Amino acid sequence: MSKKLLLQHIDVPGINTYEVYRKQGGYKAVEKALKEMTADQILEEVKTSGLRGRGGAGFPTGMKWSFLAKPEGVARYLVCNADESEPGTFKDRYLMEKIPHLLIEGMIASSFALGANTAYIYIRGEYFYVHRILENAIKEAYANGWLGKNILGTGYDLDLYMQIGAGAYICGEETALLESLEGKRGNPRIKPPFPAVAGLWGRPTVVNNVETIAAVVPIINEGGANYANIGVGKSTGTKLISASGHINKPGVYEIELGLPVEEFIYSDQYCGGIRNGKELKAVVAGGSSVPILPKELILKTAAGEPRLMSYESLGDGGFQTGTMLGSGGFIVMDEDTSIVKNLYTFSRFYHHESCGQCSPCREGTGWMEKILKKIISGNGTLSDVDLLWDIQSKIEGKTICPLGEAAAWPVAAAIRHFRKEFEEYVTNPQNIVDVKHYYRVNNLAAV
Amino acid sequence: MNVKIQFSEKALASVNEIIARYPADKKKSALIPVLHIAQAEFDGWLSAETMDYVASILEIKPIEVYEVASFYSMFNLKPVGKCLLEVCRTSSCWLMGAEDVVRFIENKLNIKEGETTADGKFTLKTVECLGACGYAPMLQVGDKFYEFLTLEKTEKIIDNLDSTGKRSTYNGWQTGKESEIIMNRVD
Repeated sequence: MSKKLLLQHIDVPGINTYEVYRKQGGYKAVEKALKEMTADQILEEVKTSGLRGRGGAGFPTGMKWSFLAKPEGVARYLVCNADESEPGTFKDRYLMEKIPHLLIEGMIASSFALGANTAYIYIRGEYFYVHRILENAIKEAYANGWLGKNILGTGYDLDLYMQIGAGAYICGEETALLESLEGKRGNPRIKPPFPAVAGLWGRPTVVNNVETIAAVVPIINEGGANYANIGVGKSTGTKLISASGHINKPGVYEIELGLPVEEFIYSDQYCGGIRNGKELKAVVAGGSSVPILPKELILKTAAGEPRLMSYESLGDGGFQTGTMLGSGGFIVMDEDTSIVKNLYTFSRFYHHESCGQCSPCREGTGWMEKILKKIISGNGTLSDVDLLWDIQSKIEGKTICPLGEAAAWPVAAAIRHFRKEFEEYVTNPQNIVDVKHYYRVNNLAAV
Repeated sequence: MNVKIQFSEKALASVNEIIARYPADKKKSALIPVLHIAQAEFDGWLSAETMDYVASILEIKPIEVYEVASFYSMFNLKPVGKCLLEVCRTSSCWLMGAEDVVRFIENKLNIKEGETTADGKFTLKTVECLGACGYAPMLQVGDKFYEFLTLEKTEKIIDNLDSTGKRSTYNGWQTGKESEIIMNRVD
């Protein structure tokens, strides 16, 4: 059984309530942080832990915290990014729904470490029922003296509020999130200045993902060095993986980083294998924006090493033969899946979610959607496949925020690894058959 | 500005509670949550009159409300049916049969995606990833997530909504009791 740090008490009945959470040792990290530690000591523990941002970018959290500007007399803020909307990702929702006090505990300890007296949780608008759970949990935390003035008699004050979004993927990008929190359109800002210097209302701000903030709790409780002992290499600790698609047991799993991908897919402890006895065809391992990999490359690296669930192993081979851990949105596709059609749903998504600020993304995502639609409807040509490649190559690196890359990478990877399937779509459209829910190219099951 | 509409007392209390979450000179930050309340309060969509009213409450220009309302996909700038059926169509949901769910609803209600039934009861919309990928396919109606859909289940859900005849938009900012919370996620 692999070690669980975030979800270890998830099966305890009533763990979503304050009383049960507290009985299971909840809020001890806040007691320890506020009474026994200084802000700098907490920062050091987080640095030692090797914790990396769990929202997708994987940037070292301790380093991000250390960038926070601390001018005298200027308020600073901690903002939790709970705008989870990367297709394939639903771990933050699970965590907030099942064990909301873990996030609140992490928010309090982290805010203390950053010297913030006001903190916000920005949660995506569609998670209506989670809003209520969080609001209740925040009320419970206030009622029991963990939030408000003079917490635990230490003189530390913290107000924590929830703010809801309204359906915009782009608001998961931290500067777009801050714009949205200010009551504006979610247009990403040009960096620098970074939020650590000029964030919410122009004041120093740290933005962290839900899971990142939750991970601060075990880091404080058990120490950064112990956290760093879990995992493999620079991929320390545990990670929540959202598993979906054609598997027997979809859901959220907490894994120790370094778990072999093969074990994750086929073990009954995790995904439980491919449903209906089908063969695995491909996996999108870290949310819609990371490169898709065919079976051979997701189970083993190009060098023939077993692929592990870690930042480094999934990234092995670069984008030629590797991918990214990303947000941990693990989408599994069986042998009948049309990679082209799946890509179409991704490109349609990115076109819909482009904020429209930068021309390459605003126009390019639309063109890619249009061309893919033409191809899947049987009207594509071989030059359309080259055109797709050309367009994606001209979006990457040419936009204010990474949505451009997020839209380009899946297109590039699908063509890179499944070019034959695209060619079959345009040369033999009569072979495209509807297999129940999805489409496949009839004679290409084994590509 | 000649504004005639007004929030109920309960809604106004929620609005004021939200405004208090931000520094006094940053009232505009309350805009998105307040628009959610406005949409729930005034028939599930945001008319120009509603948006002007919100602008007056937050002491900002109407254009600042319009530009935000038109950016976020959860805000309806045109009237919608009493029940807004939103089917997720992105990758995982598509892999698990979201297209079949959409086709089934289209046939059952005799409308196309994006349309409203003649009696004004239902609007069908497809939406991008709602974070229910592991519980796909899924359908959101107001504040409820219906997950692990089958066509039979979808039919029952629509029949139930039809018989209650209630408007299914997000019901403001109130915090529910525990039992109500659990019920809001319908497996």
